[in-house]
Amino acid sequence: MPQSKNDVVLEVKDLKMHFPITRGLFRKVVGMVKAVDGISFALKRGETLGLVGESGCGKTTVGRCISRLYQPTSGEIYFKGKNIADVPEKELKPLRRNISMIFQDPYSSLDPRQNAGSIVGEPMVVHRLVKSRDEYKEKVKHLFEIVGLNPELTTRYPHEFSGGQRQRIGIARALAADPDVIICDEPVSALDVSIQAQIINLLMDLKSEGEKRLTYIFIAHDLSVVKHISDRIAVMYLGRIVELTTPRELYNNPLHPYTQALLSAVPVPDPEVEENRERIILEGEVPSPLFPPNGCALHQRCPIATPECSKTVPPLRECSEDHWVACLRI
Amino acid sequence: MADTIANIDQIVQSQSRATVSEWQRFVRTLTQRKVVVFALIIIALTVITAIFAPWLSPYDPNEKNFADSLQQPNRKHWLGTDLLGKDTLSRIIWGARTSLIVGIATCLASAILGSTLGMLAGYMGGVVNTIIMRFMDALMGFPMIVLALLLAGVLGNGMQNVIIALTVANLPGYTRLMCGMTLAVKENDYILAQKAIGSSNLRTLFLHILPNSFQPMIIMISTALGGIILAEAGLSFLGIGLSHEEVTWGGLVASGYSYLSTHPMLAFAPGLCVMLVVFSFNILGDGLRDALDPRLRGVL
Repeated sequence: MPQSKNDVVLEVKDLKMHFPITRGLFRKVVGMVKAVDGISFALKRGETLGLVGESGCGKTTVGRCISRLYQPTSGEIYFKGKNIADVPEKELKPLRRNISMIFQDPYSSLDPRQNAGSIVGEPMVVHRLVKSRDEYKEKVKHLFEIVGLNPELTTRYPHEFSGGQRQRIGIARALAADPDVIICDEPVSALDVSIQAQIINLLMDLKSEGEKRLTYIFIAHDLSVVKHISDRIAVMYLGRIVELTTPRELYNNPLHPYTQALLSAVPVPDPEVEENRERIILEGEVPSPLFPPNGCALHQRCPIATPECSKTVPPLRECSEDHWVACLRI
Repeated sequence: MADTIANIDQIVQSQSRATVSEWQRFVRTLTQRKVVVFALIIIALTVITAIFAPWLSPYDPNEKNFADSLQQPNRKHWLGTDLLGKDTLSRIIWGARTSLIVGIATCLASAILGSTLGMLAGYMGGVVNTIIMRFMDALMGFPMIVLALLLAGVLGNGMQNVIIALTVANLPGYTRLMCGMTLAVKENDYILAQKAIGSSNLRTLFLHILPNSFQPMIIMISTALGGIILAEAGLSFLGIGLSHEEVTWGGLVASGYSYLSTHPMLAFAPGLCVMLVVFSFNILGDGLRDALDPRLRGVL
């Protein structure tokens, strides 16, 4: 696609995040947890990238590296053309304004001793975006309205809200500094299903209504949720992206054996179909990211693996238009 | 008709409840328990006594009157006199002053210093944590009274030096508590969220970690106050610390206890004062915790 370069708001190149494991008095490094091991993708303005994978595959770590809550071990993160991977902590403040986060747990992500209004308004205070007390109050009330909360509730404390309302407060906080990119770290996993739909619709409305065209990275482990909201989906396994494509392509034509297994695990709400449905069950456990296998990370569990798979790390290749797969057999 | 009026009453009541201010709610929660009110009265009385000691005490606390030596409580001396004929009531009134000044000053100093160090250690982690906490461990190796004795001995007599000695001796407890609380609180997502929105470390520390870890501090401060009054008494008893001109409750207990069988009031009255004040501060700490916690709002 001949899209202009400027349209790419975020580009990640070979991102790696290795956490050292230390032992003893002198903190000797005895191992490395390769939480994220070489991830690359690009995001256009206004796009939503869904990031899925099972627990411990590095989804959250990717999100936290991009928002620079972690200092990546290596790799480049270009935000609006500027590499932010190595920017020192002290110069990160402007970036914090442009990339915000929504957290998974609406119960622990809001300070219990701060009222809802000041939680939402804090980014504006931190980045000095308001000039007067009145303007501040006005903007906080406006944010409450945007996320569908009663603006009268600004003086209430987090414990007085329900889970869904709390997540709305979290979203309002993420919007307060007027960011370009919002990293949603499993924003609906802790909510019950009916509230999940409300929150997802809110996130989608925010994107279509705003003049700024928000870009989302939407981290989740629920495939149906991701399918609904994403423009493209990246499937992760053990710190790497194994498949990256549009939701339609992913659901109709999954190419990577891991994606196929993952999709076959989604239950069908029809008992007859469900009973006769063929399931691909991967054998064994997910290997430890402390000692990832050589070659393809999946080769020990893969139904179509060949000896070659245990030697070569498969690169992410474009198999058909906008459909990237990391598998040697495809 | 009566029903409608009752309904209107209810509506009016619920509305007035909704508009009640933070301060009113705080006061209401605090004074809901009778024992807290009792504690507040005792503390208020002690504070008033301490402030107005020169006007309240019937005699000069250091005035010797050998004619009235070792009197039992009587109309002239309500709580009796000691060996030198000093009036016990006057000495207790003046003692409130010294004990409160030493107690409160030490508490505030060690709480402020200790929680700052503890927060730093917990928040920064790594080398900072190791240096601060190992130093505190070393301090903790000494019993509080021994450490205070040592310091008071080095620094010399005087109220200021007693306060410094007791502050240092009290520091490790506060530091440890705050370090532990900070370690627990900083794992919460809302602290990570602070980093994500770009808050400075200072802002995160003082506006988010401190309010969330301060609750046990309030209780510890009020509990420690009693301990400090006792420790100061211990120092006076051992002859190190305050000079003989300065009257303290602990000193009174110490000098009175040898007459326990014949003149119990000499040790008993100041001892009772210490007990009541310590008890009151503990109860107040408890009440404050309930009243300050927004999570208990609506429950209490």
